[in-house]
Amino acid sequence: MDRPNPFFRNKWSKAASLPMMLIVWVVFVCGTIWTVLFSFTNIKILPLFTPQQWMDGFVGFANYTRLFKTDRWMSCPGITKILTEDWEFKCAGALPNMVTYAVFSIVISVSLGFLLAVMMDQKIRAEGVFRTIYLYPFALSFVVTGHVWAWIMSPEYGLQHSIRQLGWESFTFDWIADRQMVMYAIVIAGIWQGTGFVMALMLAGLRGIDEDIWKAAKVDGIPAWRTYLQIVLPMMKPVLVTTFVIVTSGAVRIYDLVVATTDGGPGISSDVPSRYIYQNFSANLGQSLAASTVLLVTMAIVLIPWIRMEFGKKSQA
Amino acid sequence: MKTWKIAALMLSVVLPSASLATDLEVTHWWTSGGEAAAVAEFAKAFDATGNKWVDGAIAGSGDTARPIIISRILGGNPMGATQLNPGKDADELIAAGLMQDLTDLATAEDWANILRPASQLESCTVDGKVYCVPVNLHSAQWMWTNRKVYTDLGIEPPKNFDEAVAAAPALQAAGIQPFSLAQGWPVGLMVNDILVAQAGVENFVKVYKDRDLAIAGGPEFTKVFESLAAVRQFVPADKMVPQWNEAVGLVIQGKAGANIMGDWAGGEFAVANMVAGQDYDCLPGLGVTPVLNTGGDVFYFPKSADPAVTEAQLKLASTLVTKEVQVAFNLKKGSLPMRADVDLSAANDCMKKGLAILDGSDAVFPNDVQMIDRDSINQINDLFTEFMANPDMAAADAQAKFVSIIEAAPK
Repeated sequence: MDRPNPFFRNKWSKAASLPMMLIVWVVFVCGTIWTVLFSFTNIKILPLFTPQQWMDGFVGFANYTRLFKTDRWMSCPGITKILTEDWEFKCAGALPNMVTYAVFSIVISVSLGFLLAVMMDQKIRAEGVFRTIYLYPFALSFVVTGHVWAWIMSPEYGLQHSIRQLGWESFTFDWIADRQMVMYAIVIAGIWQGTGFVMALMLAGLRGIDEDIWKAAKVDGIPAWRTYLQIVLPMMKPVLVTTFVIVTSGAVRIYDLVVATTDGGPGISSDVPSRYIYQNFSANLGQSLAASTVLLVTMAIVLIPWIRMEFGKKSQA
Repeated sequence: MKTWKIAALMLSVVLPSASLATDLEVTHWWTSGGEAAAVAEFAKAFDATGNKWVDGAIAGSGDTARPIIISRILGGNPMGATQLNPGKDADELIAAGLMQDLTDLATAEDWANILRPASQLESCTVDGKVYCVPVNLHSAQWMWTNRKVYTDLGIEPPKNFDEAVAAAPALQAAGIQPFSLAQGWPVGLMVNDILVAQAGVENFVKVYKDRDLAIAGGPEFTKVFESLAAVRQFVPADKMVPQWNEAVGLVIQGKAGANIMGDWAGGEFAVANMVAGQDYDCLPGLGVTPVLNTGGDVFYFPKSADPAVTEAQLKLASTLVTKEVQVAFNLKKGSLPMRADVDLSAANDCMKKGLAILDGSDAVFPNDVQMIDRDSINQINDLFTEFMANPDMAAADAQAKFVSIIEAAPK
């Protein structure tokens, strides 16, 4: 009968986490709700807060209409010609650029990271040294990474110039100045920076696999590559999902790498959503809020399946 | 121990208001060598009044600093004073009552008569009240050419933009870049210069201020877009350099024929010991229409509840426009002083050319930020940046987009 109120169970740990909870609620949750709500108003640079201001400034989807009419955010000229011969699925602008970056950096850095982790797992000599070397780029900020790669890839000063000086006159590597290829140049810099981290995560996953699995596979005569692909990889699903979520959220919020490498150039061909949001911040907050909401929805699409997978199972069990 | 702490606490509260010297944090984005030397003149003069200048330099261009400055004022953590560009950037802040009114000081010191051109103080004035102090004049309408590049090829050095375009194929054949260009805002600057030179000041003002869509879509602006397309083929994206001073450097080294850049480029030629009129030419208004815009820098003073801070703010505002400070600052900055009644014998030829234009005041026209909101300017800049980098974008398409931006801009 004297059962303690569950509210007061672990009361000290609850008290200790209160400040953090407050910050999460006030900064993240309220901030997010405010962003979404006021993206439907004609807000300019002064922030609005009250319901009355919201009602007065309500403009419906005007900010979103303008956002998707802006070439800098997204333009898909080929798509409007659907059902004709000129039809093509090709888009330019900040949002498609982010998708390109996300897809390529996820696919390449996860597969490359996994390969490196497998190599590390072969009980090689001086593993610590290699691990440090591969993880080292991750210790550099995106700004440093971006500037270094901007110089390396610059056709005037970098790799192209050096190799031409060595005598290979026709050598061309000018992605960073090529409107069609510039996003891939940024992908290169991003992968260089991020693969080591993916490797570290994967290596931790590999080390978590029970030795007995390997022994059993050996007894059954399964070659090592098949063991990795068909037994170990499926067992590493939690690590893979975590990696995927980290790399994806990194790609969605990409800003500093682009600013340091190309600053959105040539023209605006390597613009990304965060840069668009930031640049509208002191001129047209409505655009920033609408663009942020679009990003939020994008993130939700990625995260919700993960949350269901991670936390949904427990309630079923 | 405890009483000591309380005493210290009380002292820290009492001291700032008791002492006469007030610390004033001043934010600005003057961080290059010459700029920092110039701003130090302000600091020196302000410290001499018994107050203290606390330097709050923000690295990067105005595009980086502006959001930081505005968000600090909006967020209730205002600085004592801040640099901004004249125009509509601060309009909403003024409307919200966040800026200190300087009208009384301006009337007492008769700014309306000692500062010229009048347009500069006008853009600081909202509903008859003065909210900022103009400190200098910069003009962006200059073309810089290396005379030796042209004479070596047996060509007469160009006297205007059209001649430079005409000479471009010969330079290209000799392996010299006809025009140098840096990425980012220099593209927008060059576009604006060509726009004003080709369409004329009157049409520029009609489109930007009166939103005359017939002119924006008409033949005068078609010529602008066609000129830009001509320049575009001479500066492909892989020839662009990262910084404006590198683009000026290419002209100084003779690797490029001409560069379009503001009057601050003159400092680079001076450092290279080149003489205006002999080694290089500076052509205001690109040599087509000798006009200058009235861009420059102004200082705003966010409102403070502390009367000591307000007093120091007014003191600083008054210090910035005194004769001695104007001369010391502008000689280092390479800009033109706000006052006509100062001695500028140390100025170089290009500065004197600028001053001559400034004195015939109808050749001075307002800056785009003084006529149209920042949101629309950003969109126009995006359009031109894209146009200059994308050889597939037709001049007619770009012009149509330009018209729609002007049409949508709030009055």
